[in-house]
Amino acid sequence: MAKVLIEDIIKSYGETEVLHGINTDIADGEFIVIVGPSGCGKSTLLRMIAGLEDISSGTISIDGKVVNTLEPKDRDIAMVFQNYALYPHMTVFKNMAYGLKLRKFSKKEIKVRVDRVAKLLQLEELLDRKPRQLSGGQRQRVAMGRCIVREPKVFLFDEPLSNLDAKLRVQMRLELRKLHKRLKVTSIYVTHDQVEAMTLGDRLVVINDGYTEQIGPPLELYEKPASIFVAGFLGSPAMNFLSAQISADGNSVQLSETVQVSVDSVNRQIIAEKKVTFGIRPEHFSLSDKGKTGLPLTVDHAEFHGASTIIYGRLQGNDELITVRLPHVHHINPKTVLMLTALPEHIHLFDPKTGKRI
Amino acid sequence: MIEQRPVAAWFSHTVLILGVVVVAFPIWITFVGASHDAIRMTQVPLPLLPGDQFFINLKAAFVDGVGNAKEQSVGIMMFNSLIMALMIAVGKIAISLLSAFAIVYFRFPFRMMFFWMIFITLMLPVEVRILPTFEVVANFGMLNNYWGLTVPLIASATATFMFRQVFLTVPDELLEAARIDGAGPMRFFKDILLPVSRTNIAALFVILFIYGWNQYLWPLLITTDKSMYTIVMGIKQMLEAAEEAPEWHLIMMTTLLAMIPPVLVVIGMQKLFIKGLTETEK
Repeated sequence: MAKVLIEDIIKSYGETEVLHGINTDIADGEFIVIVGPSGCGKSTLLRMIAGLEDISSGTISIDGKVVNTLEPKDRDIAMVFQNYALYPHMTVFKNMAYGLKLRKFSKKEIKVRVDRVAKLLQLEELLDRKPRQLSGGQRQRVAMGRCIVREPKVFLFDEPLSNLDAKLRVQMRLELRKLHKRLKVTSIYVTHDQVEAMTLGDRLVVINDGYTEQIGPPLELYEKPASIFVAGFLGSPAMNFLSAQISADGNSVQLSETVQVSVDSVNRQIIAEKKVTFGIRPEHFSLSDKGKTGLPLTVDHAEFHGASTIIYGRLQGNDELITVRLPHVHHINPKTVLMLTALPEHIHLFDPKTGKRI
Repeated sequence: MIEQRPVAAWFSHTVLILGVVVVAFPIWITFVGASHDAIRMTQVPLPLLPGDQFFINLKAAFVDGVGNAKEQSVGIMMFNSLIMALMIAVGKIAISLLSAFAIVYFRFPFRMMFFWMIFITLMLPVEVRILPTFEVVANFGMLNNYWGLTVPLIASATATFMFRQVFLTVPDELLEAARIDGAGPMRFFKDILLPVSRTNIAALFVILFIYGWNQYLWPLLITTDKSMYTIVMGIKQMLEAAEEAPEWHLIMMTTLLAMIPPVLVVIGMQKLFIKGLTETEK
């Protein structure tokens, strides 16, 4: 168990810089999820922590020790790969024992440790099998077992669940979470899946294009996204963004000539008549009472998800696309006009130029 | 598409049986020739059914010796061939594995230059550079010994290429996992890379063993001492009897014996051989 400190990490391949100064400190026993779209540099960051990729500038320290130039084996980390990277010619037992063998553990100690971990991960029956005789979920567990037996200071996960089918992924996610609660080892987990990120992480690091967008607990990021990117990345269906202008008195936002929404101005630096991007999540609409005013939405299409209904439509007045999620089943025909109320406390305003939250 | 009609089945079986007959007939003639005495083998028509001299000829080949002066035992020639074939096969595999490992997994200066230098040797087989090679081998004092027989044939671009292709299909994550587990380069080579390429090594061994066993020109040049003769060139020497008629019964017996080791290698390693050439999953 250890703290991990990441300071001003820059990675460049020749002329092109892919990470532009990442800073994070990870507390002892914390589960950190690094999340971002494909190609944002999140895996590169993880591989730099692992020592598989050189650090162009900046420092990474594990447990107070700078590890920049250390070999992966000397960093006391263990890593789960996306395609598991199990040794195909070794049995499950040998796969798990290999790292211990190289570290000159006694045969007895190896046996004890592997058996204990196999029991923890329900792999006892499979110890004599070769990786190709295992299902995807079992391989995944072996890959995790290989890390756990080593009892490293830090676990690194590189999109470990992305090769599993949807149902198994949910199950493994839960198991991972439970495992972390039990072992309390500092973990760094890379994923592009925002649901995985939200459910697994104590804190998330959102990376976009080599820059850190925001760091914080999942709910904080969800409720107070620092930028348009974070707001759009977390949550499904994604947040609605509309271009808007703040009214002259600063108490409301003009979405079109006829439609305006009042905004809670507390904690916001609102400049009158400034152009803003207005963001609201699909679930933060409610249906207005009949005859009352609100946002008029022409329904294009409705999806029934059982527990909720997702409505796709266009805002009357400026024709912008809006997604609305209403609880329960609503039978709504296309072309119907709904009057919606945007819940004022859930309205997000962003600066359209910088993308930052206002 | 798999054809299921009986006519097609008959047809393909006929073709296959004809093929087998064409391949097997010379071998049968060799066996028949090895089982008659010298006189019968000089009369026409040649016999098509085995005679009763097989074990006498076998004894003659092994104990009494063959060749012009009856001084060469087939046993010694086969032993020489075996040593040569094994040294070539094992040596080639060992060198190619290491050079392919270096080319694929290490970033050293002039890496590509070395790669292309190995590549260029493909255009210069022993037959092309036979005189300079002979000169070098002679200067090293390697005439008439196993080193002279094998070393010039060991350096091999083809095998290096094959292993390079094999190593390129091994996922990078395997190397990274091994590095995190604490394996150094040679550990990784021994514990992961070799077992993973096991079937390819076996396939190459079969091919190279037969290649080495069948060598003719090079042993002919390099050996003058009869105790170093290999079986393939030994057979040729037996045909060149200066004054008397060639002893066909003994030549056939020797040929038959010369076929046995490669056949054993192929049969013994058949399963791995096919796997090595067809298996793609790593």
